[in-house]
Amino acid sequence: MKKKKSLSYAKWGYIFVAPATIAFLIFSLYPILFTAVLGFTDFKGVATTTFHFLKDPFENYKAILSSGLFRKALANTFGMWICNFIPQIGLALLLAAWFTRTHHNLKGQGAFKVLMYMPNIITAATVAILFNALFGYPMGPVNDILVKLGIFAKPVEMLRNKMVARGVIVFIQFWMWYGYTMIVLISGILGISPEIFESAAIDGANGWQTFWKITIPNIRTILLFTLVTSLIGGLQMFDIPRLFQNGNPDNATLTTSLFIYNQAFSGSYMYNRASAASMIMFVIICFFSAIMFYFLRDKDEIAENKIMRRQEKEYRKQLKAQKRMEAGR
Amino acid sequence: MNRKKLDLRSIEYLVCILLAVLSIFPFWIMIVNATRSTTQIQQHAISMIPSTYALNNFKVLTGKSFKPIVGFTNSLIISIGATACAVYFSTMTAYGLVVYRWRGRQAYFTAVMAVMMIPAQITMIGFYQMMYRLHLTNRLSMLILPAIASPTMIFFMRQYMVGALSLEIVQSARIDGAGEFRIFNQIALPIMKPAIATQAIFSFVSSWNDLFRPLVLLTNQKKYTMPIMVSLLRGDIYKTEYGSVYLGLTLTVIPLMIVYFLLSKYIIAGVALGSVKG
Repeated sequence: MKKKKSLSYAKWGYIFVAPATIAFLIFSLYPILFTAVLGFTDFKGVATTTFHFLKDPFENYKAILSSGLFRKALANTFGMWICNFIPQIGLALLLAAWFTRTHHNLKGQGAFKVLMYMPNIITAATVAILFNALFGYPMGPVNDILVKLGIFAKPVEMLRNKMVARGVIVFIQFWMWYGYTMIVLISGILGISPEIFESAAIDGANGWQTFWKITIPNIRTILLFTLVTSLIGGLQMFDIPRLFQNGNPDNATLTTSLFIYNQAFSGSYMYNRASAASMIMFVIICFFSAIMFYFLRDKDEIAENKIMRRQEKEYRKQLKAQKRMEAGR
Repeated sequence: MNRKKLDLRSIEYLVCILLAVLSIFPFWIMIVNATRSTTQIQQHAISMIPSTYALNNFKVLTGKSFKPIVGFTNSLIISIGATACAVYFSTMTAYGLVVYRWRGRQAYFTAVMAVMMIPAQITMIGFYQMMYRLHLTNRLSMLILPAIASPTMIFFMRQYMVGALSLEIVQSARIDGAGEFRIFNQIALPIMKPAIATQAIFSFVSSWNDLFRPLVLLTNQKKYTMPIMVSLLRGDIYKTEYGSVYLGLTLTVIPLMIVYFLLSKYIIAGVALGSVKG
């Protein structure tokens, strides 16, 4: 009798997860499915609501994949992400190693962390326009410094240069995120059991050896987590390229998100093409997160869950048998 | 040997100080230039000393399409609403996952983890079309309600709750005759306070800084959020008003900086905590 009552609480589980589930179905799942459907249609133009399925369902996908502009946007997005991530993780690792050293500690670590993390919470839109103003022509602060230092004879319109425009975006990304990555890595390093470091010290390992042989292997899951979340974040880069140079000069800073936005909400409002491009990005993101989950899966927890599920099954079986017996009686 | 160590340490300090300066310097130029006239900026774009034209810049700034009060109010409504929805309903979902045993619970949690990585941008075309057909564009509530489903936060809350909430407390409250919702609201929520505080800060900041969704959904100038207001500063109408542009940027940064420096301890602890749990 008592057991029966505890089972009846199960309905409360469904009630408690219901609001979030309903909101997910309405605001996430339906829009994704709708986007997927639109990718197979001729739906375009502002203020239209009707659409027809295309004879060749993959026409939009073919158009997007063969579009030079989309390929360029994809290459820009990956390129700018890689150029920012390598120095970002390098600097973050270096700083994390300094800040977690148990001897010869640096003073003022708290203040350094607070200042290094600060750019991360500032609105990206603001940062983009600020940097656009800093690199302004003819009289922006950067030009002012370079002329005063005698590096330039006269102000230069630097952002007309493709590599400079890309470089500034790479720098902004790096500058906004290295502090975050550093804090994540510090907490990962602090999570390593101190005994491992102690035994390394007893064995006579120096700082360099300890770092490469102990620290790095022990935080590899966190490194992977950082890599993939940064990549997925990088693939969505929108605010900075849009407000910095709006993809220019000559589409050198056009990212895939900006491409999708421009297809759908400007020009000839090609919702169908934008939807197809969205789904392509969706597949790419799924691929990378699947890789991450595969490597990050907690083997102990999986085993535990298996045992738990088996127990629950047996418990239910017992309950059924009990019921049958009661009914038979 | 000692000498060498000392040198290394001074290099380390130097690097840290340089990076700290790098964090502050762009904002310092911005704040100083916000107080200088356009003519002053044109003569010397860089200066360490504030001037006296802030009020003048403010008049030029607000005389055009940049409305700081409107943007601030709308952003505040959306951010507070979305944060409240996200933390309350995520905690509630986590409670449903931790406290009750129901068929499909494990599968549900796996699904939460699977959809965690889906970015809002991917769903945007469908979302916009849905809102357009239902005549729900330009509604701030449509930027708030989606926060009820925040898979990342559900995941975090669930991980925290497993360690923080003991089922015996729930059981004894039941024996005392408390209803399930009352137990959640009066016992589980207070226990979850530390996690709620951390998650609330991050939810608020990301909602406040979001540009993409408001930009797509809001076309009425009266509904613009702060990041959309900022994007107006890039337009032609402010092209030659350097001082006003810097002032507009400053107005968006100052509130964030105040909040950040007040809460920096918790924010940094929160970043560290999130990474270990995730």
